[in-house]
Amino acid sequence: MLVSTNWLSNYVDWNELSIEELAEKITRAGIEVDGIIDRSFGMDHIVIGHVNSCVKHPEADKLHICQVDVGGEISQIICGAPNIAEGQNVIVARPGAVLPGGMKIKKAKLRGEESNGMICSLQELGIEGKLVPKAYAEGIYVLPNDVRAGDSALTHLGLYDRILEFDLTPNRSDALSMLGVAYEVGAILSKDIKLPEISYSASAEKAQDVLKLSVEAAEDNPMYVAKVVKNVKVAESPQWLQNTLMSAGIRPHNNVVDITNYVLMEYGQPLHAFDYDRLETKEIVVRHAREGEKMVTLDQVERTLHDHQLVITNGKEPVALAGVMGGANSEVYEGTTTVVIESAYFAPGSVRQTSKEVGLRSDASTRFEKGVDPNRVAEAAERAAQLMAELAGGEVLEGSVTFDELDKTPEKIILSPDYVNNRLGMKIAMDEMKTIMDRLQIPTELINGQLVMDIPTRRQDLKIKEDMIEEIARLYGYDEIPKTLPVVESTPGGLTPYQAKRRIVRRYLEAAGLSQALTYSLASPKDAQAFALETAPVTKLLMPMSEERSVLRQSIIPHLLDATTYNVARRNESIALYETGSVFLGIEEDGLPKEVEHVAAVLTGKWVHHAWQGETKKVDFFVMKGIVEGLFEQLGLLERLQFTKATVDQMHPGRTATVWLDDQSVGIIGQVHPTVQHQRDLQETYVMEMNLQSIMQTATEELLYEAVPRYPSISRDIALVVDRDTSAANLEKIIQQAGGKLLKKVQLFDLYEGKNVEEGTKSVAFSLTYFDPERTLTDDDVVKAHSKVLDALTVQANAQLRS
Amino acid sequence: MKEQLHELKEQVMLKIKESHTVKELNDVRVAYLGKKGPITDLLKGMGKLPAEERPKMGALVNEIRESVTAILEERKEILEQQAIQEQLENESIDVTLPGRPVELGNHHPLTRVVEEIEDFFISMGYEIAEGPEVEKDYYNFEALNLPKGHPARDMQDSFYITEDILLRTHTSPVQARTMEAKDGAAIKIICPGKVYRRDSDDATHSHQFTQIEGLVVGENIRMSDLKGTLDLLAKKLFGAEREIRLRPSFFPFTEPSVEMDISCFKCGGTGCNVCKKTGWIEILGAGMVHPNVLEMAGYNPEEVTGFAFGMGPERIAMLKYGVEDIRHFYTNDIRFISQFHRSEA
Repeated sequence: MLVSTNWLSNYVDWNELSIEELAEKITRAGIEVDGIIDRSFGMDHIVIGHVNSCVKHPEADKLHICQVDVGGEISQIICGAPNIAEGQNVIVARPGAVLPGGMKIKKAKLRGEESNGMICSLQELGIEGKLVPKAYAEGIYVLPNDVRAGDSALTHLGLYDRILEFDLTPNRSDALSMLGVAYEVGAILSKDIKLPEISYSASAEKAQDVLKLSVEAAEDNPMYVAKVVKNVKVAESPQWLQNTLMSAGIRPHNNVVDITNYVLMEYGQPLHAFDYDRLETKEIVVRHAREGEKMVTLDQVERTLHDHQLVITNGKEPVALAGVMGGANSEVYEGTTTVVIESAYFAPGSVRQTSKEVGLRSDASTRFEKGVDPNRVAEAAERAAQLMAELAGGEVLEGSVTFDELDKTPEKIILSPDYVNNRLGMKIAMDEMKTIMDRLQIPTELINGQLVMDIPTRRQDLKIKEDMIEEIARLYGYDEIPKTLPVVESTPGGLTPYQAKRRIVRRYLEAAGLSQALTYSLASPKDAQAFALETAPVTKLLMPMSEERSVLRQSIIPHLLDATTYNVARRNESIALYETGSVFLGIEEDGLPKEVEHVAAVLTGKWVHHAWQGETKKVDFFVMKGIVEGLFEQLGLLERLQFTKATVDQMHPGRTATVWLDDQSVGIIGQVHPTVQHQRDLQETYVMEMNLQSIMQTATEELLYEAVPRYPSISRDIALVVDRDTSAANLEKIIQQAGGKLLKKVQLFDLYEGKNVEEGTKSVAFSLTYFDPERTLTDDDVVKAHSKVLDALTVQANAQLRS
Repeated sequence: MKEQLHELKEQVMLKIKESHTVKELNDVRVAYLGKKGPITDLLKGMGKLPAEERPKMGALVNEIRESVTAILEERKEILEQQAIQEQLENESIDVTLPGRPVELGNHHPLTRVVEEIEDFFISMGYEIAEGPEVEKDYYNFEALNLPKGHPARDMQDSFYITEDILLRTHTSPVQARTMEAKDGAAIKIICPGKVYRRDSDDATHSHQFTQIEGLVVGENIRMSDLKGTLDLLAKKLFGAEREIRLRPSFFPFTEPSVEMDISCFKCGGTGCNVCKKTGWIEILGAGMVHPNVLEMAGYNPEEVTGFAFGMGPERIAMLKYGVEDIRHFYTNDIRFISQFHRSEA
């Protein structure tokens, strides 16, 4: 909403404040003033000129040499506008003027002819092209005859005005009119406001004798008022009216249309003007459209209508799409002599739906959508009639043609001061609350210690007690509210064990060198199920914005790979990222997808890189595995963790494992399939993804102190040659089982394949630690236990001992 | 013999002086004081001396031996010192060579902001509540006083899965669910999480972003409590000198509703490019829980009141760290993410 402060002055006197102070007060009271526009843009030396003569420039086809009276002085000015002509009154920017676009006007020579200034269009004065009357849109602006050369053009055009740009919240539709703004400013400044006085002399002829009205859709149109004005002379509006409309962001057309727009902005009540003669039937019928019915709207577009859309008809065919746009067939034009003014209440939902369906949002439809003030429907029609009499020479017929089933009674709200103060944490006296209601012009009585308020229909946002608390607080001043802290039943607060573990997981992964990524939950269908830990139907959006983000992800890995490719393409070649977040699996019984929190990670490039010491190591499977093991260790689950070789789509068949927690498969780990790496422009890349929820919901064992050993332990190393396919885990298991209770630790410390080892076999070495917490072990004890281990390895794994 | 002894001493002294290493010195010691050395020989030869001269000569030999030993020791210490010096010199390194970096990862900047806010509220006795990202229309809208047909809930603005299921557009459904679950009991929660809106991604919009909301419900919860709470939060996030101001605003789920501005942390309120010359920066929206919302969750709004507030970690991170484009948070450019590992406390 653009609020001209000049126009506002007609209704409320705010002039003891600076405009900045006014804007600040309005903002603090609840309507955000986004900006202040100075329509003069600080211009100077802009005067009215009279074109005494205008001849073609001898050297240039499109230029004219004009002798312009700029007030007691004749100036020669070269003008290139197509519509320049002798006898016109025009806007002249004299040398020294600076236009809003930054152009500085100087004396100049154009093709050898002197030019002392510039004849201006409105656009050149900073008025948006879409607001310039169509007649002058392509050239200079021509002023009426009754102006005086040498006077300030800015004054004449009303440009010494500053505009407040309101950013209105959706509830404050009352401020979509100048009167609404006046009430607000009046309340803020404790000032009375001046409403327009409506008076005109009506003709003896009665409106209802020349126009019939029937409303067949009262639920969508509970009130309709039509007035008839005869002998109208359609012409350009007086300058002040054009100026006022342009200041409000509306393009002037002709006096009749301009008056309806003026009243729209003044009262917030949209009006429509029909050409009475073009209605042909002397009848208005409001009804729902017939399915498939067609009409051509003012913008010359033929529209096919639906049967829930409300139309105004002449009894035969639609003449307007109610509240949205008029029809071309009944439009006021220069030959119009009799005008029907329509002022109505159209149901907000109906207008909202229709304007959305036809894709038309206008100043009118936005106001109907919010609900106009029922008590201003008739008054606005009267105001328009008055202005048509005054400004278009019209003769207003007596009375109106009216349909009215609209409830106009004000809501009553009863409020006790305690209710207010208890919710604000303040002590505002009842009298002060009453004063605030007086400022808001909300009729209020004090009955039995309560405020009894009749809420004017112009404030449709005020419905419940809490609304009134806000009114009181905002005008009393939010700065006056003290700062306290809530007193509720005391709770310890804190993270749940699950949330605490999530933080542990994140911190651990970061300590391990991975940075946290954050990627989108929406994915492309081709990525949706890739790397997913379980098979589930894909959840699709009804109206995606793009294919790329049309379904919910079932795995985090694809987006992490995207992030990796992005980074690698920018020469960040070593990447270590992780993410925790939800994946979405199918649809549960309650209609929502199963949301499961996962953790995923990606590694590529170098893991250790310390160049000048010549130490570099690329990431590999075991780096990622170590990270996973460390994570389980952190969560006290390392003992229950296992890896088994696995085949997963898009992963390297020889370098991929399933991650097991006890007998539950909780994730995957491995290298991305070389083909996929290639497609994604990646080098060797390792990923893992695990169901974090399953892992974190598994109770960890209590952390208990284990006695620090008092007796020494004894270590024995063994080197074995086994089949290449024998897994380390299998060997370790055999050792563990055979070693008995004295065997405390088994650690693989060497692995070798190749020269000196028979093909198809490998050499593995373990270090075994024996320990008894009760006593010092003897050699005998160890030999006994160790030989059992060696036997078991020989028998169960067909291992050959290496000396 | 006496002369012989003195001559010997002179000789040893010279040899000691000429020794430049501990080993050479040791050789000297062995050569002169050892079992086969001349001094031992001399002592052995004492028997040939007349008895009366023996004690005198014996004392002299001992004296010489002791003094040679002392000098040897002295020299040994010097040589050892020299050896250590030499070793240290050889071991000397260029301390300006780069150290071995400790490769730590770090939090995403949004997690950093969210955890800071969480921890602040935990210290004030709040719990963290979480809920599904795909929500029922009921919890996302209806329970929050946005009935069907409300203009603020256009299908165009949200990602719907079905008519009744959508990606949540705010974290407020967690509040609705918590209120419903608490069955009339008092509440003090913070709800962080991802939310989704049908916006095209640009410098200031992201179809996925994060929110963190707070909710307190109980008897006698007042707007002054909201103001006091937000004041502490502003000071925690943006510095102890921050002032706050509340401006009336509108949200369907609160009444009265406010927006909170903080005094500009860059210019302190005098006006700069961060606060767009106003001295104030808009940080969050808040208000007293709308009676309809309380009622739908089973509270009696005549007896129980509450306040709620919500903010965008993206906006806070953008302000705190001077990030100019919201898309940085979701691009996962390592050059961006890795800038957020420094601690600030």
